[in-house]
Amino acid sequence: MISSEEVKHIAKLARLGLTEQEIGKFQKELSKTLDYIEKLKEVDITNIEPTSYSVLVENVMRNDEMCLNGTSANGAKKLLELAPETKNGFLKTKSILK
Amino acid sequence: MELTELTINQIHQGLIKKEFSALELCKTYLEKIQKKDKEISAYLAVSKESALSQAKKIDEMISNSKELPILAGIPFAVKDNILVEGIKCTAGSKILENYIAPYDATVIKKLKERGVVILGKTNLDEFAMGSSTENSAFFITKNPRDLNRVPGGSSGGSAAAVAADLCIFALGSDTGGSIRQPASFCGVVGLKPTYGAVSRYGLIAFASSLDQIGPMTKTVEDCQIVFNTIKGKDLLDSTSVEMPEFKNLEFKIKNLKIGVPKEYFVKGMDSEVEKIIKKVIKKYEEMGAKIEEISLPHTEYALPCYYIIAPSEASANLARYDGIKYGYSKGSRLKAQKPIQAKRDEVGDEVKLQRASKLLDVYLESREEGFGPEVRRRIMLGTYALSSGYYEAYYLRAQKVRTLIRKDFNAAFQKVDAIFTPVSPTPAFKIKEKIDDPLKMYLSDILTVSVNLAGLPAISVPVDNIRGLPVGLQIIGQPFEENKILEIAKIYDRD
Repeated sequence: MISSEEVKHIAKLARLGLTEQEIGKFQKELSKTLDYIEKLKEVDITNIEPTSYSVLVENVMRNDEMCLNGTSANGAKKLLELAPETKNGFLKTKSILK
Repeated sequence: MELTELTINQIHQGLIKKEFSALELCKTYLEKIQKKDKEISAYLAVSKESALSQAKKIDEMISNSKELPILAGIPFAVKDNILVEGIKCTAGSKILENYIAPYDATVIKKLKERGVVILGKTNLDEFAMGSSTENSAFFITKNPRDLNRVPGGSSGGSAAAVAADLCIFALGSDTGGSIRQPASFCGVVGLKPTYGAVSRYGLIAFASSLDQIGPMTKTVEDCQIVFNTIKGKDLLDSTSVEMPEFKNLEFKIKNLKIGVPKEYFVKGMDSEVEKIIKKVIKKYEEMGAKIEEISLPHTEYALPCYYIIAPSEASANLARYDGIKYGYSKGSRLKAQKPIQAKRDEVGDEVKLQRASKLLDVYLESREEGFGPEVRRRIMLGTYALSSGYYEAYYLRAQKVRTLIRKDFNAAFQKVDAIFTPVSPTPAFKIKEKIDDPLKMYLSDILTVSVNLAGLPAISVPVDNIRGLPVGLQIIGQPFEENKILEIAKIYDRD
């Protein structure tokens, strides 16, 4: 059973706010799922390489160039319109450094 | 025959012969959606004006006797995690409730070039996380075959729209079965392509090593047409691959070797489903195919493996929803609310949090309020599996088990051409039946997840009904053999 301390720790890492009630609820649900996942410990994985991608592609690169024709000429403008807060063409956030 | 019952080829012929216009066709679908979708709720949003204007353009092409691509004028629906420029794309979540897509997904671009008509966006489980569409932050979609049951998920809206003739075809996405399972539940065809066959550019990412976009259609032939249009290498998706050219498939059922994995007839499976699938396999045998029982020994580890890998990747992919660049934001003046101080004291290091800039609150609260419970559950599961101290025990181990699952399939395909299995252990379950037990819900994916882990193509074809509820057959192929499994599926005549 995962502890409520661990749940709080994970929530903080994931930047998810949780109420006290939610901590209890998620604790139960996560524990149940993690118990089921314990099954994987039965498998013998000696000398097995991990698979990150099922279909192997290698070193897919492109030139690091600015594409002015791009998705659309108004690309940057459109993206800024989606932002919750902007100022003078920049994204605005709460202060980061004191 | 009703206009809304026609296949892509039939519509194409009808348009060329001027039996009806693209505008008529579009209006017929829009009217049907207006009448019938209140019962089903497949659509999150209908794009009436733009659909009509797209249809008018096609009629102009026809009157100018311009050559008509086969998909021109065909009205279709798009799962709401695929971006269509200028239209809201919510991913079924409150966190993107008002997000308007700034660009087209590559698949949409390709389809638009062929003159398709976009009817609207369909409902899904939030961020494609779910097996019933009950996790949508907006409303549930009902199964058109039985309104008390789920359409499956996460592409439930797309499956229901196709099944109820509210579009000719739809696009869905599949990470652990999200095209195939709803296709099976609703009685339509659903194809999950080989990983890399279809570009993921413009698909809202859930698990980047598993996600694929695929068609959901009424017939296998329609599925083939759509797939051949959307596939292909895309410079904007570096995991996409050019499909290798296969020589003209001189396809003979007599040469076909079909593998049936014993591990897929699981304990607790509906016995009627088992009977139906075995009957279908027998039918292929009677037509001349060779049936061989095979073993995929690591099958029982596929689901736990998936439920580490997918949430881990999701926890990384969903970190971008932070209330800063787009989406719901607690920091925004437009949605100002007092941070609840009592809550903050209970989470983590008290002193640090109280002194932390209010930026942290923006993250914590935007994400707490914007994401539904299943999404938060999976983010936490993923964060845990990737966190220091647990990474080797969970994520790395799961990636190694994934290699073993892939090897099982490679070994099987040395002996057989295609693998036949059921899609789901049961037909569509009742609404709310599994929603309170996340693990029970996860178990509905047990027969589909291995395919995503191994990156293989698989199709769900409706083959029969149990008490009016559709049952699908899953046909799994080797990488890039979509056209082969499509041809195999075509052979089976439902009549």
